[in-house]
Amino acid sequence: MNWEIVIGLETHAQLSTASKMFSGGSTAFGAPPNTQANAVDIALPGVLPVANRGAVERAIRFGLAVGGERVINRRSVFARKNYFYPDLPKGYQISQYELPIVKGGEIRILTKGGEKAIRLTRAHLEEDAGKSLHEAFQDMSGIDLNRAGVPLLEIVSEPDMRSAEEAVAYAKALHALVRWIDICDGNMQEGSFRCDANVSVRRPGAPLGTRTEIKNLNSFRFLERAIGFEVKRQIEILEDGGKIVQETRLYDPDKDETRSMRTKEEAHDYRYFPDPDLLPLEVSEEWISKIKESMWPLQEQVMARFLAKSYEEYAAWEDKIDMWVNEAANQVVYGLSEQDAKELSSDLDRARYFQRTVELVGVQHAKLCANWILGDLAAALNKAGKDIPQSPVSPEQLGALIKRVVDGTISGKIAKELFDTMWTEPKPFVPQEDYPNPVRYPRRQESDIPPNLALLMSLQGVDEIIEKRGLKQISDAEEIEKIVDQVLAANAKQAEDYRAGKEKAFNSLVGQVMKATQGKANPAQVNEILKRKLAH
Amino acid sequence: MLNVSLKELSAALAQKKISSAELTQLFLDRTSRLNGALNAFITVEAEKSLAQARVADERIAKDDAKPLTGIPVAHKDIFITKGWRTTCGSKMLSNFVSPYDAHVIERFNEAGAVILGKTNMDEFAMGSSSETSFYGPVKNPWDRAYVPGGSSGGSAAAVAARMTPAATGTDTGGSIRQPAALSGVSGLKPTYGLVSRYGMIAFASSLDQGGPMAKSAEDLALLLNVMAGFDARDSTSVERATEDYRRELDRPLAGLRVGVPREHFGEGLAAEVGRAVEAALSELEKLGAKRVPVVLPNSGLSVPAYYVIAPAEASSNLSRFDGVRYGHRAKEYRDLADMYFRTRAEGFGAEVRRRILIGTYVLSHGYYDAYYLKAQKIRRLIADDFVAAFKQCDVIVGPTAPTVAFKIGAKAADPVQMYLNDIYTIPANLAGLPAMSIPCGFGAGNLPVGLHIVGNYFAEAKMLNVAHQYQKATDWHKRAPAGIHL
Repeated sequence: MNWEIVIGLETHAQLSTASKMFSGGSTAFGAPPNTQANAVDIALPGVLPVANRGAVERAIRFGLAVGGERVINRRSVFARKNYFYPDLPKGYQISQYELPIVKGGEIRILTKGGEKAIRLTRAHLEEDAGKSLHEAFQDMSGIDLNRAGVPLLEIVSEPDMRSAEEAVAYAKALHALVRWIDICDGNMQEGSFRCDANVSVRRPGAPLGTRTEIKNLNSFRFLERAIGFEVKRQIEILEDGGKIVQETRLYDPDKDETRSMRTKEEAHDYRYFPDPDLLPLEVSEEWISKIKESMWPLQEQVMARFLAKSYEEYAAWEDKIDMWVNEAANQVVYGLSEQDAKELSSDLDRARYFQRTVELVGVQHAKLCANWILGDLAAALNKAGKDIPQSPVSPEQLGALIKRVVDGTISGKIAKELFDTMWTEPKPFVPQEDYPNPVRYPRRQESDIPPNLALLMSLQGVDEIIEKRGLKQISDAEEIEKIVDQVLAANAKQAEDYRAGKEKAFNSLVGQVMKATQGKANPAQVNEILKRKLAH
Repeated sequence: MLNVSLKELSAALAQKKISSAELTQLFLDRTSRLNGALNAFITVEAEKSLAQARVADERIAKDDAKPLTGIPVAHKDIFITKGWRTTCGSKMLSNFVSPYDAHVIERFNEAGAVILGKTNMDEFAMGSSSETSFYGPVKNPWDRAYVPGGSSGGSAAAVAARMTPAATGTDTGGSIRQPAALSGVSGLKPTYGLVSRYGMIAFASSLDQGGPMAKSAEDLALLLNVMAGFDARDSTSVERATEDYRRELDRPLAGLRVGVPREHFGEGLAAEVGRAVEAALSELEKLGAKRVPVVLPNSGLSVPAYYVIAPAEASSNLSRFDGVRYGHRAKEYRDLADMYFRTRAEGFGAEVRRRILIGTYVLSHGYYDAYYLKAQKIRRLIADDFVAAFKQCDVIVGPTAPTVAFKIGAKAADPVQMYLNDIYTIPANLAGLPAMSIPCGFGAGNLPVGLHIVGNYFAEAKMLNVAHQYQKATDWHKRAPAGIHL
């Protein structure tokens, strides 16, 4: 007889706020111990918590992404979870218990059997505890309260996964989502995204078996291995006629095994009750719609947009269509290749950068923009070890550059040189208000002047460089003809060769013309004029 | 200077009849002379006070004075005070020197008031007699064999004995009003949310409220002007326009509807207290007020509901006193659990331990619905009773406590008898309503009786008006304990 594996995950995503869940203390990672803990964080007598609006907003964004407005509780309640531990300064953790901020929703994953929706039970806001340091001290433990009070969103799934692979697919999809909606940096090494797995096995059709909970799995590989080990362990016990003990287990990556931390009998009675220091969290409709408006479409929607070959293909998302004012008006599409669409929508910052560039250059030139971003920009970023938000060349600048290529002011070759100049001599062409955090490229409003202003300033900047360095493309037919005539006069032999059928000689002549113009001659025109002259 | 109003003290300072340094020294001298007998103060630091007084004098010289600039005020040792030891009456915090100021302390500092010292109190404000303090019981200035009430008994005794012109207190179930009544002073618990709880060591967060204690309603109004105000650091702080609580003091009482709740005049009320309160009601009628009988049908449930909610919150609030980061830690222990056990067993007194146990029990798995949730429902019913009553009257008047002060030790062995002392004051905390106590006579042994006035939400100005008009017509509040030489 076979066994069915049943897995549910509880994921702690650290919310990317600058300050803590209930205090103004900094959330910066990696500071010396206890330097990021203020009076509230260390729970001095008399201090009180105040909920972080930014953290609440991020939880709402999550709710909107996984289930829309209906899964957001308009009224949720912070509760105290009471237990003693040295790294828990108040002797209780502020969390949400009976009324979480998000109830329901789903995460879609791809399995061998096709797409599958994993239902979410809830997602609630809470604060992290500090860290106990046992290694560094003899016969003592150190306490670092830097983490204490850091905002977390605990995301609880239904026991909908049936294999370790599904659990990993879910965790990965969730990880991509929290990063895409910009609520968590997803850094697993720093503990910003960690999973607890609830695992049980049963005979198909039987009621749920007794589960064990594996704590603190901070990589996808550990998640997969821990579940694999635990499933094997449980099946062995059951097949030997034994019983599973409901308990919390810890995964040891060095030994690749799970071991018991505490059984149900040893479990704490957390004595949850509503925190009297905090009023119920009321979320207004107005606030929700404001957040909704500020959000980008989800990753798969953005990819679909980039891919779409006709306007109708994405006109389906009407609620988001006003974001793309240009296309709606012009009914033009991106029409990117699958590879480009995938790469450009793999990361929110990259997608935003692309979107912004296209917005400035025009959707009809989306392919050219994609080539630049995935080509020259990606290479330069890679070489400099930078991420796209730190790019010295802003999307406005790149847009201005591409615009000058598109309108024939400069050649593609010159454009590359120009790009290098802009990269090494970054100029603050772009007004900084175009980069408010956390939404770095705000949704465009038709009445907004700044995007055009930013482009204008960037164009001025680009034009200045073109002007100063004399990079402007020569598109004056008469001027090119004059140079072609000179080249032909000086290279009579090559002209002869070409007429005699040697195709290669043509390229050499083009090269001579470009050389004479320092690469500034419009190549198409050079070709055309040269062919015309040689035809005589 | 010892027995004059804050207004008069302010005028004397403004007219340079006395400097703040001189005034502060005067009260410091009196405090050092009387504290041995009364034990009203836990901490006095003359140099700190005098330094503040000198700054106040500079402000006065520069004509930069506010109404309380240069006036000494004593603070209940529950208010976190930067640079001062803040003990909350407990061994647990016997070594705790605060690195920050409570909002209330900040407000008094901004006003230029002088911190005269930190007053004694029941440990973590748990008690009605000021006997549970680790620093020894406070004595009632009217008779030192008697308790001053609690938990703000140190502040009440200090004002009664004229060791300070005014003091702060906190009131979770009557801890300002009951000691005010038993010690013969005036005390006000504002509407929940009016005074920030930031830096006020929490006992029961949903009930705790800081407030002033002084010799008269007029003084209370002046003090409340300083204490009240929105504070973003307290999520339960109420954001509303600033008001001057003195503005209605002189309004005549003609037409005022005084609600008299039947339930507060029944069994358990000492005859002498009943008589004094009756006389006060007649006095109010003489001033033009109308008596309106009202009912508070659920008030009998208030003590049991309170003794579920308050210990539940306290059991959680006091978890932070674990010996890890500050405060007392046991000297010897075997392991972490043993460190917690010993630290908390040594650091907390019997009454605090009792309430932590009760609170832990009522929040336990399987008991939560039967106790905590039910108590919260009762709380709602009690609040609804007041809403209904305030449709018929403007203020509700009755006795503050069922008896005058009792002897030290008399109720220490019987917690329930002790808890019943707050039977008339607890409902206002459960409902979040403002309430005050003012002196209205004396019972046996020349011990003071308090008159309880409950107002509607944010009706502090109206309550103060009623109290002030009563105090203009009577002189109970002006009487000082005979045994204390002025």
